[in-house]
Amino acid sequence: MKRLEMTEVIFKVLSYTLLTIFAIFCLYPFVYAISAALSGIDAYYSGRVVLLPVDFQTHAFRDILFTKRFWISYANTFFLTFYGTIWALATSILGAYALSKKRLVFRSGFNFFLVFTLWFAAGLVPQFLNYRATQNIFDSIGITDDKWLIVIAMGMNAFNVVLLRNAFEGVPKEIEEAAIVDGATELQVLTKVYIPMSKAAIATVALFFGISRWNGFFWARTMTRNRNEWPLQVFIREQLDNIMAQELPATTPYAPNSLVYAMIVCAIIPIIVIYPYLSKHFAKGVNVGGVRE
Amino acid sequence: MESNESKLIHKPEELRVRDNYEKYYWRIMCGRILKDWRLYLMLLPLLLVFLLWRYLPLYELVAAFKTNDPTQRVLNRDFVGFTYFYSLMFGADASFFWLAFRNTFLLAFYGLLFGFPVPIVLALLFSEINSNGYRSLLQIATYLPRFVSTVVVTTIIHMLLSRPSPFSEPGVLAQFLGMIRVIPEEHVRQGIMYLPQYFRSVFQISGIWEAAGFGSIVYFAAIIGISPASYEAASIDGATKIDKIRHVVLPSILSTITIMLIMNVGQLLTVGFERVLLLMNNETYDTAEVVSTYVFSRAGIQAGGQGANQALASAADMINAVASMLLVIGANMISKRASNTSLY
Repeated sequence: MKRLEMTEVIFKVLSYTLLTIFAIFCLYPFVYAISAALSGIDAYYSGRVVLLPVDFQTHAFRDILFTKRFWISYANTFFLTFYGTIWALATSILGAYALSKKRLVFRSGFNFFLVFTLWFAAGLVPQFLNYRATQNIFDSIGITDDKWLIVIAMGMNAFNVVLLRNAFEGVPKEIEEAAIVDGATELQVLTKVYIPMSKAAIATVALFFGISRWNGFFWARTMTRNRNEWPLQVFIREQLDNIMAQELPATTPYAPNSLVYAMIVCAIIPIIVIYPYLSKHFAKGVNVGGVRE
Repeated sequence: MESNESKLIHKPEELRVRDNYEKYYWRIMCGRILKDWRLYLMLLPLLLVFLLWRYLPLYELVAAFKTNDPTQRVLNRDFVGFTYFYSLMFGADASFFWLAFRNTFLLAFYGLLFGFPVPIVLALLFSEINSNGYRSLLQIATYLPRFVSTVVVTTIIHMLLSRPSPFSEPGVLAQFLGMIRVIPEEHVRQGIMYLPQYFRSVFQISGIWEAAGFGSIVYFAAIIGISPASYEAASIDGATKIDKIRHVVLPSILSTITIMLIMNVGQLLTVGFERVLLLMNNETYDTAEVVSTYVFSRAGIQAGGQGANQALASAADMINAVASMLLVIGANMISKRASNTSLY
């Protein structure tokens, strides 16, 4: 009996230590980013910033406040995330609801139509040519803002539709029947029964869409013709490329890296703010929305 | 009584329809479709999005079998068959293509080897933490990198590992690695991000840093679903912790592991294209170039078409896509045979 307890205790101690170390490993870069953004130029260049700010200054943050292009790209990212998530979520919920109905004719065909895109994607070049063609069509009907192209044409994901469909299939049929007896229309059944009963799965899928929208870089970089429509990610990358190519020391009170770190901190803030609200849905949402066997 | 009668009246017609199911098939189907027209209307936007921006591009794949002539429409170009495929696999472009293919495979393989087990181990460890508060704290900390964009992550990596310049010391992490002699001092001077031999490690470790914590959610959800009775039974039988993990926990989460494995295999050959693109530079080309970055540079998407060969790039992309599709189907089939678990 003694030996049994020993292995349990050892494993417990191991869990606490390893996880604490891993958590520190995960958090350190962010803590460092804040410190580096707040450190003076000499301290940063001489490598004295390790954990806490050295030669404290706030000029980097103050300068960002007056960098117009930073805020434009910030607003663009909000635009893309907001409309992109709404568009993707709305089409996915409507479609997944229809697909969750066993009585739907050609149901398995539609399912295959979606899931096939997870197996085989057309690749970079065809996708690019397709987006270019779409862009031309959008131009000809007067939508010259490439943000709408990104919102409407990109970011749809069959996997998320499958998650939603599985969640909807899990809703008890009796409740739906009761609603229909009470005279509910198809749309009312969806909004009054299915959506409230699949909140966790919808929150999870919304989160997946939101994150991929917030983080999108490559297609935004490739398809956006006007720099004023660049999202934040593209802007930050440009700043990094600039400082990597830099050959002379800066004359500002902070190192150019500190400015980039300050931008990164600003870019993370919205995520930190909504994070606590989302984190409680994670485990539940993934559990409910998990792929069926 | 009345209802019974009405059923009787309708029965012959129903039977008639059922007997001539073939004959009435389309009429019945059309009736069902018309009755549920609202459902089809709901499905329509989703299908349209997939049709226009997922399926329509497939048509451009024809370009891989035709001459590379951007001035012509794809249909009007001359057919050249498998010329580009041959050139990629055995001809003039073979050395570049196979280098890219090898790198893709290695990055994916190491990712599976090192990256795949980490979330499972983390979930096991998480399930050992009794204090709910501390566990949530640890989970929040380890999930966080997943919610930060690829650009931010790679930017931080670039700066933490930056090489020294005439006026600045190397990045703080590069300094630390040099100090504890994990990486020779001269390599720190040259810049870790500029040496091909470190690219794979940087890619994998940063990948684990970014995704392992959040990846553990799925397994953790499966582990907390195991009934306490199983553990108690194992304890009575005299099982050690290791035994419990082997005989209670692992069998219970095996189906989750299998599904995640199939999904990972499916994404094997598309290894985080954005992350590679954002981490690599001309000097790490030898280990960093993957098929998608090769396609990207050959297609001249960014360079504005100078010296580009979109047909060749399409062909390279198609080889990759077909290979990865075969991998998914293969993995799915094997797992269906072995454990009756399948994703599709």
